[in-house]
Amino acid sequence: MIQFKDLTLGYGSRILIEELSAQIKGGELTALVGRNGTGKSTLLRAITGIEQPLKGSILIDGKELSAITTAQLATLVAYVTTDKVRIANLRCRDVVALGRAPYTNWIGRMQEQDEAIVMRSMAQVGMESYADKTMDKMSDGECQRIMIARALAQQTPIILLDEPTAFLDMPNRYELCTLLQELAHQQNKCILFSTHELDIATSLCDSIALISPPKMHLLPTTEMVQSGLIEQLFTSGRISFSTTQRNVSIE
Amino acid sequence: MQKRRTILFSSLCLMVVALFAIDMMVGSVSITANEVWAAITGGECDPIKAKIILDVRLVKAIVAILAGAALAVSGLQMQTLFRNPLAGPYVLGVSSGASLGVALFILGAPLLGVASSPALTSLGVAGAAWIGAAAVLALVAAVSRRIKDIMVILILGMMIGSAVSAIVQILQYMSNEEALKSFVVWTMGSLGDVTTSQLWLVATAIVAGLTLAVAVIKPMNMMLLGETYARTMGLNIGRTRSLILLSTTLLAGTVTAFCGPVGFIGLAIPHLARAIFLDADHRTLMPATMLTGAVALLVCDIVSKLLTLPVNTVTALLGIPIVVWVVIRNKNIV
Repeated sequence: MIQFKDLTLGYGSRILIEELSAQIKGGELTALVGRNGTGKSTLLRAITGIEQPLKGSILIDGKELSAITTAQLATLVAYVTTDKVRIANLRCRDVVALGRAPYTNWIGRMQEQDEAIVMRSMAQVGMESYADKTMDKMSDGECQRIMIARALAQQTPIILLDEPTAFLDMPNRYELCTLLQELAHQQNKCILFSTHELDIATSLCDSIALISPPKMHLLPTTEMVQSGLIEQLFTSGRISFSTTQRNVSIE
Repeated sequence: MQKRRTILFSSLCLMVVALFAIDMMVGSVSITANEVWAAITGGECDPIKAKIILDVRLVKAIVAILAGAALAVSGLQMQTLFRNPLAGPYVLGVSSGASLGVALFILGAPLLGVASSPALTSLGVAGAAWIGAAAVLALVAAVSRRIKDIMVILILGMMIGSAVSAIVQILQYMSNEEALKSFVVWTMGSLGDVTTSQLWLVATAIVAGLTLAVAVIKPMNMMLLGETYARTMGLNIGRTRSLILLSTTLLAGTVTAFCGPVGFIGLAIPHLARAIFLDADHRTLMPATMLTGAVALLVCDIVSKLLTLPVNTVTALLGIPIVVWVVIRNKNIV
């Protein structure tokens, strides 16, 4: 689904990821892990076409990203950012309905089918009872789930999420990632999300993309666990992570 | 929800009609409703009163509706585009830019010894205001692309405003009495300075601006979530920005050119519309803002006539409480 060809990302002279060639498959849930500031968000933004690569290219469904129009791309890739979105007086239903924007007419008229998709997307994240509430009075976690519902309503084969679990409590984290896993497996979507939750990455994801500057390693989860790359990257001083026991130990 | 909205829209429409009628009756000479009706429909009426109605009050009331809708929509566009509740044509320096354009034209042209005919003057004032407004907007938009901090944009707007008033003072200092007087009168703001022939230019420019505003309703809804989301939902950000800025230039620039700097309508009315309709969707908010703006400026015009005050003092006194309320309500604006 997503293919990187000799991709180099960075800002000016600061290289984050260098000459990356890899392919993220459809029907899989892939976690993107790495230390702070190593380019996880930049990579996600590059796939949405917002960030321009310094070198190389990204192919979506075999097509060069630069040859896809913004409008076309919106039907292929949906993105959930870390931005806090809270608009007073805007109901959740309307926020999720914006996800239908690539398909609606000039004024954004919703057909019956669009309404059904909106309600289904909200139900998928367990937020259907919030349809008529406004986001300014909701918790961070609830807002996050509404933004994910919006991405689902966009009905794209690829969904990118930047730290979607950041504001969620432990059960909600696992629930959300289980949902992402189901979407990937049952609807054959290609889902890539950045996260700092190594336990979730190693337990629920099909593949793990690990940024170890300036390289990115992409391996199926079992192989990634065996490779020892995760321990290597996330061991710092007295802190170490055990991939087999999925816990952090402090010496 | 739907019912509430229908009731609100109908009552606003009724208010526009009613206030329009009252605006025609009120003034230095009071004219009864019957006489107003007779004058407009060509019925029997005192010819002097008929002249007042047709030549002065009708034009002024139409200008009030157009200018109110234009300034309010321009404020809504700025607030959505900059994702900032305190944005408005005045705060961002757009009106100042238009003022500078007009000052350069009214005060600068005589300094350079350029004589002008009345027809050329009205077009020149409008053109100068558009260019001034567009220049400031382009500057603010260019800076806001690089700097995401809302405060910087607001400070920039204030600085532009201060720079403009400094330049205008220099021009005033150097100008002759006649040019100075016409400029000072312009800065007081008046809905009544528009002549019947100018009305066509004003109406065309504002209707064009409002049409553009309606055309970008869906993009503006998408912009509510921020540019990153808007873009990943397929929005051409550059084109949308340009259309919104063009629309605002036409709206705020035209009103400033012909009615002088009328403040607070652009800043306060969108908030009033949001509070009345309890909605952020521009499909509701855009027409709601237009109607509320028209109602507000008609009210301000009636009040200004009853108390014989310049209209921009009335808009300020009525608009400031709303702005204060907005600031207090969103204590954490930045």
